Amino acid sequence: MTEQELTPMKPADLRASSASANLRKRQTTQKLSFGLLWLASLIVVLVLVVVVGYVFITGFKSLSWDFLTTAPKGGLSGEGGISTTIITTIYLVALILVIAAPLGIGAAIFMIEYQEQTKAGGKFVQALLQAANFGVETLAGIPSIIFGLFGYALFVSTLQFGFSLLSAALAGACLVLPTIIRTTQEALLTVPVSLREGSLALGATRWQTISKVVLPAAIPGIITGIILSVGRIISETAVFYVTLGGSYRLPNSLLSGGRTLSLHLFYLAMDTNAFEKAMGTGAVLIVSIIIINLVIDLISRKLSAGVRQQQ
Amino acid sequence: MQNKLQVDKAVRTVLLISASLSIVIVVSIFIFIFRSSLPAFKEFGVQGLLGELTWRPANGSFGILAMIVGSVMVTLMALVIGVPLAIATAIFLAEIAPRGVQAVVRPAVQLLAGIPSVVYGLFGMVVLVPLIRRIPVAGNSGYGLLSAAIVLAVMILPTITSISEDAIRAVPRAYTEASLALGATHLQTIFQVLLPAGKSGIVAALILGIGRALGETMAMIMVIGNSVILPAPLNDNPLTVFLSQARTLTGNIAVEINYASGLHASALFATGVVLFMLIMIVNVSAHAFLNRSNALAN
Repeated sequence: MTEQELTPMKPADLRASSASANLRKRQTTQKLSFGLLWLASLIVVLVLVVVVGYVFITGFKSLSWDFLTTAPKGGLSGEGGISTTIITTIYLVALILVIAAPLGIGAAIFMIEYQEQTKAGGKFVQALLQAANFGVETLAGIPSIIFGLFGYALFVSTLQFGFSLLSAALAGACLVLPTIIRTTQEALLTVPVSLREGSLALGATRWQTISKVVLPAAIPGIITGIILSVGRIISETAVFYVTLGGSYRLPNSLLSGGRTLSLHLFYLAMDTNAFEKAMGTGAVLIVSIIIINLVIDLISRKLSAGVRQQQ
Repeated sequence: MQNKLQVDKAVRTVLLISASLSIVIVVSIFIFIFRSSLPAFKEFGVQGLLGELTWRPANGSFGILAMIVGSVMVTLMALVIGVPLAIATAIFLAEIAPRGVQAVVRPAVQLLAGIPSVVYGLFGMVVLVPLIRRIPVAGNSGYGLLSAAIVLAVMILPTITSISEDAIRAVPRAYTEASLALGATHLQTIFQVLLPAGKSGIVAALILGIGRALGETMAMIMVIGNSVILPAPLNDNPLTVFLSQARTLTGNIAVEINYASGLHASALFATGVVLFMLIMIVNVSAHAFLNRSNALAN
């Protein structure tokens, strides 16, 4: 688009041929560039295939029923399996969700469903709502090691919960809170206003409307958010590295430490160089992430099918 | 009736409290990390912490400048490697990929985002580090900036790709139609209309990618070597600086916090403060760009 268009007009026949030459040149450039874009995307897919493929192929050597069901025995080459770390991961996921899900869903309900009341209502609530939005935005961007540092300072040291499931769960709850709030907000926003108006017009209170009309309609979206958080917790390592302690024994109370799958992978690789077992653990992690992605995909497909039906 | 209304009020209060929780957490994170870093700032001053290169807790030196340089360098290198791929993939997905290909590439990008960072770190340790160790330079251990930057590039790629794709898709259809009607090719339309129009969103994507890169911890610990040194060339060739080991701010905190006490712990919290500030600057600017891009889309 530079000099060629600015050159003086030529006789008609010449112009026609130069115009088509120009077009041909532009089309060649386009073909080449599109080729490069295809190549870039191919590289991205290849990176995934290489990483996942490598972890699977080397990891499957150590994967077996025994590996999944025996407890780690520690030692210099990371003897034993991964059973206790799987159970600890499940404990931690459950604990974090018990803490974060009600709070996150509640926060989202307030931020979406009580908006107009707030506009009419006091300045205090309005300021609070703005602060809450800022809070969610900020939390979502804070790196996990900062949550770890915070959890270490507040729960491990100040409140003296020590390196424990409880400390890790509280720090982890802060980590997934923004995910749950955001996905719930989106789910609530997809519920048509007319449903709420209908319910309110029938004499239902605000809370009756929310609990009996809005929430049932938003459930699939909310569940998606919770499953996303499960994925986040399973892959998270930094937070738990500084709050959970790292013992490979099974925790027997809220105040005892433990080791999640991803933490176990880290220790295997860094402390014992048991790379084959680490790869096996990595394969288990990737399989769980793939399952989580598939479930989320399934729900969102069902959701969009439902929306189409309604229309 | 009276009863129902009372329930309604009570519920509203409970919800209001949970809504205020997010801001309470942000404020307490801020307070706790700052408060715990105060002893170190009092003892050494801002200059003594941020301007000093030597980090030797046993001797009482707590300079974190080398870690700041390490974090910034590995982030920049990851951007140089990752951004062209990420933006190209975003353009590809938004504009030229046939449906069937989209159905492969998009889940692939999604899965890249979901893979735990320790798995990337492990892959880096087992595959990348031995590869890079083969570069025949004295003192090259394989662990270092280059390995870390490649791992990090893959980790920030999904963030940048998906936000940039959204930004490109948000450009009104009329722009594309007008450009094509004027005789521009599809490629010219992409580079001279769509990308400039989606600029704010793409810049926001890059900044959020920077945020992710600065915040990454475990994968960095696993491949960057963790020596507290100012990255420097290993021999006369200045390019060998990329083979130098380094330590990131995040790695400094994670590696030492569990056994640190006193001033040492406080200096680690100061490291957290620096990281926190960097991330806040990054996020605030990203949101400014995102808001601008949303305003355009509407």
